[in-house]
Amino acid sequence: MVSLVLIILTSLFFTGIVVRTKSIASGRKGPGIFQPMKDIIRLWKKGSVYSTTTSFIFQIAPSIYIASVLMAILMIPHGNHPGIISFEGDFVMFAYVLALGKFLMIISALDTGSSFEGMGASREALYSMLVEPAFFILIGSFALFTGQTSFHGIFSSLHYGSHISYMLGGLATFVFIFIAMIENSRMPVDDPKTHLELTMVHEVMILDNSGFDLGLIMYTTHLKFAMYGAIISNFFIGVLPLEISIPLFFAVQICFAVVVGIIESFIARFRLGHNPQFIFILTSVSLLIFFGVLLVLGKFI
Amino acid sequence: MAKLLFEIFNLIAIATVISIPFLNTKGRGILTLSMIAALTGISSVLALSVFVNGPAEFIYGGSWITGKIPIRIDYLSVWFMLIINFTFLTGAWYGFRYMKKYIAQTDNIALHVIAFLLVYTTLNDICMIQNGIVVLVVWEIMALSSFIVIIFEHYKKETLKAGINFLIQSHVCILFLTIAFMWVKIKTGSFDFAAITDFTTSQPVISGIGLFVFFFFGFAIKAGFVPFHTWLPLAHPAAPAHISGIMSGVIIKIGIYGILRVLMLIKTDMVTIGYFILFISVITGVYGVMLAIVQHNLKKLLAYHSIENIGIIGIGIGLGCLGLGYENQLLAVAGFGGALLHTLNHSLFKSLLFFGAGNVYLIKHNLTIEALGGLIKRIPHTAYLFLIGSLAICGLPPFNGFISEFFIYSGLFKGLSSDLFLFILAMLFSILGLVLIGGLALICFTKAFGIVFLGIPRENNKPQIQNSKFKIQNSELSTEANEHEDMVVEKARNVLPLYLIAAAIIFIGLFPFLLIQPLTKIIALYVPRMTPDVYSQIQDLLKNLTTIGWFSFGFVALSALIYFVRSYFVSRHKHSADATWGCGYTGETQKMQYTASSFIRTYRKLAELLLLIKKQKKDATGLYPGLIKRETHPGDWIETLLIDKPLIHFRKLLRRFRFLQNGNIQAYILYGFIFISLAVMLPVIIDKIAIIIKFLNHL
Repeated sequence: MVSLVLIILTSLFFTGIVVRTKSIASGRKGPGIFQPMKDIIRLWKKGSVYSTTTSFIFQIAPSIYIASVLMAILMIPHGNHPGIISFEGDFVMFAYVLALGKFLMIISALDTGSSFEGMGASREALYSMLVEPAFFILIGSFALFTGQTSFHGIFSSLHYGSHISYMLGGLATFVFIFIAMIENSRMPVDDPKTHLELTMVHEVMILDNSGFDLGLIMYTTHLKFAMYGAIISNFFIGVLPLEISIPLFFAVQICFAVVVGIIESFIARFRLGHNPQFIFILTSVSLLIFFGVLLVLGKFI
Repeated sequence: MAKLLFEIFNLIAIATVISIPFLNTKGRGILTLSMIAALTGISSVLALSVFVNGPAEFIYGGSWITGKIPIRIDYLSVWFMLIINFTFLTGAWYGFRYMKKYIAQTDNIALHVIAFLLVYTTLNDICMIQNGIVVLVVWEIMALSSFIVIIFEHYKKETLKAGINFLIQSHVCILFLTIAFMWVKIKTGSFDFAAITDFTTSQPVISGIGLFVFFFFGFAIKAGFVPFHTWLPLAHPAAPAHISGIMSGVIIKIGIYGILRVLMLIKTDMVTIGYFILFISVITGVYGVMLAIVQHNLKKLLAYHSIENIGIIGIGIGLGCLGLGYENQLLAVAGFGGALLHTLNHSLFKSLLFFGAGNVYLIKHNLTIEALGGLIKRIPHTAYLFLIGSLAICGLPPFNGFISEFFIYSGLFKGLSSDLFLFILAMLFSILGLVLIGGLALICFTKAFGIVFLGIPRENNKPQIQNSKFKIQNSELSTEANEHEDMVVEKARNVLPLYLIAAAIIFIGLFPFLLIQPLTKIIALYVPRMTPDVYSQIQDLLKNLTTIGWFSFGFVALSALIYFVRSYFVSRHKHSADATWGCGYTGETQKMQYTASSFIRTYRKLAELLLLIKKQKKDATGLYPGLIKRETHPGDWIETLLIDKPLIHFRKLLRRFRFLQNGNIQAYILYGFIFISLAVMLPVIIDKIAIIIKFLNHL
């Protein structure tokens, strides 16, 4: 329950911080941190245009998309406090529920019969497929490390170990930041601010969405960011009491947002053809973590 | 009671087969459908009675060749029988409607329904009979009748070719099984399945593993494990839709049944067997789905997906074996439980998908994905059912595919806490495999569903530009006829079997815990003495499944809630319909759409290294480029390497003996005579040789 409230709170300003960091980095003053949320509320009040090509799939996909992310958030613990739903193997459910939302978004893009959206859908499908192994190996390593197989179990027993667990936490943070960047179609892989549809991934998928639906999709992106931020913060919170952990949670989230902003300001988007290689790097880093854990536990040969 | 039902079951089947020639075509259809319904009723009563009263066993005397014929119906048989019954019931129902357009081919249909009944009966019998040689005979009947049902459209050259391929591979499968059963017979003197246990306990470990390998190869050909899968992608597109669904749903599952049955009987080094199965299965799963993505034919795509799902089932079985070998009962439970559940789940969503593809074929007479599109407007029921099947096969919640994959995942993650390095690596390898399978399946089915059912029709996308004008006129003329066809395909009683399957899919997805009871009974056959510790862990798993069920409910409810809120807001504001935004381009949009090939192009570029894709392209050159053409033909290098290449060499060898085939009937009679005399004389000749050797030894 704690994490749900915290994540929803964070989602209100997270992207604002990213945008603000970017504007400061480029020497502008920039909008307030609640501006993205205000934009979304504005969208929610707008009318919409639907393509005549589309079917019911296009109508329902954004709702299922946001529902999938919300359901995934329910499983995220806050340090010692389990998520609303917690069971052994919940991270499998986590990944698959998110995949369901993605599936619907991809077919809703294909539903418009537009070549641009097909292109975005194709890329989104490929990249999210490539990211999955990194996530699973990473969680697998932590399952191996802690002997637990649920988010809550893993995060609540993570810090009883030596300083090595902090090192692993650091590496995992690195991987998770980039997973979050890819899943949210941000900078090194996709540039949401690009002017050319041909070079977009996520933005081009939702070209035909408008009004309330577009608002839902945008808000889902914020939620997803906050969700990954919450996972990352869990690597540092451990079993601390709430009065320390909640400020720590926000500190980690803000740091994460600033890091995202800095990455976006100083790294150019990769060529689309090179993205798979980049994503494979994440898988290999996760494999490194896995074997590192095996070494630490003395199970390596 | 069980014996009586078993006999009634077979007698009714035989009586129906005999009476079919005396009816007209419509009568044949109705009789088949009603008899399949009756037989599934009997067989299900038998199955449920076993679930209630415990396993049934009775023995027929048999003859001096077969020995005693034991019929044992245990929980494993029952599980597979119920799967077969459900798939055949819906399949026969769907097929009854599907075959209407072939009603003029009276003789062909008669043969088809006879073979159909035989396949059903023999599949059920294989699950019950436990005598090697009788099973082989029944298996042979099953293989031959499956061949006949597959080649229904035998006047098409490709169908016949695929059918013969199936026939040959089925017999290679039978060959392996025959060798295995003979080996057991020679060593123990009995064809009874129980003799397999005696064999493995009395013989050295290595022969136990050898015996398993023979059984495994035999059953793997039927089930479609890589590298024995090559018949599947050919046979599925060739067969009529209801047969494809049944074949993928249950006929290949009989191979899985065989493997599970043998594993239950064999008492040997389970660790080696476990690693072996796990390795082959991961390869099978990943290779199957990798090839599925690049297919151009919808049914072929689904066929490769069957291979992938066999891989997932195999991962479960392998995990279960490792659990048995390392005496980690929880792994055995998760592994076998996942495998059994996935067998059921796959039979459901795969038959649904094939029936959906059949409906597409009925209205478009074409299954090339590139030529389809926008069908959700013409056949909405089929489209949504196909979507449910697609989501389920990708293993996404809240559908049934997720439940079985979750089972296997939880086993694999539990396995990580082991102390053995090799075992941990195997678990990592399998997790990676399963994750990749999931991700790739997502690409594959977004392609299959998105291109076939969404967007606008693509039929004029084909490169026949010269004819396009004529074609458009043609299609305009036939719009009315099209609408009529759509109505027929979508008539309530035609899509009802599909809805039935979809309901089962959703039911299992939402109430997975209901299946735990029967599953634990089956798993107890492998893990006879479950420790209380494991039992409590199974209870935990049950609790997890309950949570998942609630979670899925919550998910559905939340989606619905958000959708209603959204609809309320949308209706309050101005909303209108317009053309898809084309970046300012407002011309013809049909050709502007993304095609299936372009959708997977990025993936294809990545996977090209591992797959065999033949490409032909004609680039635009000069000032006035003509027609540009690009073709990709997804090949299967395992097929090329394992079947095509050796066949070419074999043919070269045989060509040397072509002089024997001289077209002279006298010469053929001579060959026959020589063969018969050799066959008769062989023992005598061997005796003489033995005498000569003895004589030489004396010297």
